[in-house]
Amino acid sequence: MKRRKFIGMLAGAGACLAASSATAGGTHHFKGYPESFGVLFDSTKCIGCRKCEAACNKVNELPAQPVPFDDLTVLDKRRRTHHDTFTVVNKYEIGNKPVYRKQQCNHCLEPACASACFVGAFVKDKTGAVSYDASKCVGCRYCMIACPFEVPTYEYHDPITPRVRKCTMCQPRIEEGKLPGCVEDCPKGALVFGRREDLLNIARERIRKHPNNYVDHIYGEREMGGTSWMYISGVPFEKIGMREDLGITPAPELTSGALSIVPAIVGLWPVFLTGAYALTKRRDKIAEEEQHHAVAEAVAEAQAEAAKKAKAAMDKAEREKQSAIDREVKKALKEAEEARLKAETPADPSEQ
Amino acid sequence: MSHHTTPNKTFWTPANILTAVILAVGLALTVKRFTMGIGSVTNLTDDNPWGIWIGFDLLCGVALAAGGYTTSAAVYLFGMKKYHSAVRPAITTAFLGYAFVVFALLYDLGRYYRLPYPLTIYPGPTSFLFEVGLCVALYLTVLAIEFSPALWETLRWKKLRFWAHSLTLVLTIFGVVLSTLHQSSLGGLYLLAPSKLHPLWYSPYLTLFFFLSSIPAGLSMVIFEGGLSHKFLHHKMDETHIKEAPGVTLGFAKAAAVVLFAYFNLKWIGVALDNNWHHLATGWGTWFLVEMFGFVLVPCMMYAVAAREKNQKLAFYASIVTVLGIVLNRLNISLVAFNWQLPSELRYVPSWEEIMITVFIVTLEITVLRICLNKLPILHEHPEFKGAH
Ligand code: SF4
Ligand code: SF4
Repeated sequence: MKRRKFIGMLAGAGACLAASSATAGGTHHFKGYPESFGVLFDSTKCIGCRKCEAACNKVNELPAQPVPFDDLTVLDKRRRTHHDTFTVVNKYEIGNKPVYRKQQCNHCLEPACASACFVGAFVKDKTGAVSYDASKCVGCRYCMIACPFEVPTYEYHDPITPRVRKCTMCQPRIEEGKLPGCVEDCPKGALVFGRREDLLNIARERIRKHPNNYVDHIYGEREMGGTSWMYISGVPFEKIGMREDLGITPAPELTSGALSIVPAIVGLWPVFLTGAYALTKRRDKIAEEEQHHAVAEAVAEAQAEAAKKAKAAMDKAEREKQSAIDREVKKALKEAEEARLKAETPADPSEQ
Repeated sequence: MSHHTTPNKTFWTPANILTAVILAVGLALTVKRFTMGIGSVTNLTDDNPWGIWIGFDLLCGVALAAGGYTTSAAVYLFGMKKYHSAVRPAITTAFLGYAFVVFALLYDLGRYYRLPYPLTIYPGPTSFLFEVGLCVALYLTVLAIEFSPALWETLRWKKLRFWAHSLTLVLTIFGVVLSTLHQSSLGGLYLLAPSKLHPLWYSPYLTLFFFLSSIPAGLSMVIFEGGLSHKFLHHKMDETHIKEAPGVTLGFAKAAAVVLFAYFNLKWIGVALDNNWHHLATGWGTWFLVEMFGFVLVPCMMYAVAAREKNQKLAFYASIVTVLGIVLNRLNISLVAFNWQLPSELRYVPSWEEIMITVFIVTLEITVLRICLNKLPILHEHPEFKGAH
């Protein structure tokens, strides 16, 4: 009856999960859109002028900042992005020399935020941008938990329509054929915009030409499966606040294995459980039958016993009856004999 | 707290006053949360987007409500009929547990009014959170139907009661499947954050760990609540319940001992496979050992001894340690060992207001539970439906 329908529904849900997890990085390796754009940041060229921060603030129409962008004292404090600052530059003192590093969304090729979002509010666009759609967002903030670069931020003080906020790679500007705001305003050419493949070549070329100025690593080429923003640096990336232990596994692959078990559970569990139930039922039934059997046997035995007893009693009664009759007959005969004898004896002399 | 029918007893007992105060403060904070935003009552930051509302209300709430599926599976699927009287109380606590998990989520979600979105408008099935949402929603429905006969009996709606009851087997199977999925998915949520969760707690087996540990969690809650209702609601229990209770306690104690032991072993296999032994020598390692030995192995042994010596008291204490252990484990994963690499000034500590809202929700839940246990045929059979299970 209805059980079949329920299980059918479950199986359907499982298949749906399985199918979609496969496209989101299950079995094949998604390498990002081939023609997509990216930005290369060169920390050897960055002078910490905060012009990129100012440009970002302007093109994204973000609220005015408490500290003006030409005040460089903020660089002495470690800062992170916020819901009204999509990018920040931090200063790191390394061997008495300052090194600067710009921070913003890295626009991963296979974004953790996108695979975390349970309404699909994050998508990787063919321009390379990872974009967020506030009209879908439920505000669970799982995307923030998932992002290994701690990028997405949240409007915690908005009671009705809080948004997740992060760098958009200026996707609307790119579609208009313009540069991202920060790239356009960087006075030192520390930021280069272009096709990701070209940027990788530029980076390799710089490292090859000036091996003494750079560490031999392009950060973002493979980290977490690769990112659209990439970095080259003269000092180890760890020293400028970039984690080097993230590995090269794209985020969706971290969960796809476990997710792929879902259809198996949905398919096998009900079978197993129904089996367990059937076994239990059978066990109960057998037990019940055995009990029936035993009872019947006991009853039969008791009946036989009773019949035997009854017969014995009857026999006994019969015997008793017979002997009573015999006794009576004997008695009667005896009495008759006695009477006859009495009659035959001569009369009493006194009677004569 | 509630339920005083005798007019000569005053309503304002100390317990009721405390409840009233908690509810009043909770309501005030609720207003603040929904008019001034999550940030106005919590210490959540961009680095720590999930606090105790997820770590405690959701993760612990769901784990501790596992008594529903474990008990009904034991009785209906595995034929342990002698535990039958444990089903209704377990289903009731599970149903209320899940209902309040969803209720608590409304506080945490930025756009709570879109809660149905993942199920209807924009499904995002690559996410473990989608699975959690889907399964919790479906399971809450299952629990509602499983719970409903108690209500129909009280209202004497025999048709509905018969209908709901005829679905028992299907619902039980459905419930076990859904529970397997979402209990494990809660662990699966953290698979996505290997760089943030400490290696001793991060494992590719997180889903299995969460599922497995939910079983003793559920069993322990049944034992724990059973012990409490024996103490405080004895007058509400009928003979069957009182007669069957020791069997339930000891039977569940045995099962919990077995599963806790399996879990204990599996956790070490997890450590071994990722070769995380060197972390044991650190402060984090000590904390991990406290969890593993103090809150897994110790209650496991307590249960084993309790089951062997038929010691119900010991089983009751074991259930308390197990429940604390589950809470500790879920909080370790979601809060303590999460973001372990952040400098201490950036770590999350809950604000008194968010703690208060959690206390408020728990109090509300207990109040509703007490009303149900007092007014509905849960610890006893309804006289008109005796033996109709
Ligand atoms: S850096 Fe973070 S926010 Fe940006 S795309 Fe990657 S995961 Fe998403
Ligand atoms: S906060 Fe919004 S965008 Fe982020 S995971 Fe949740 S629903 Fe998706």
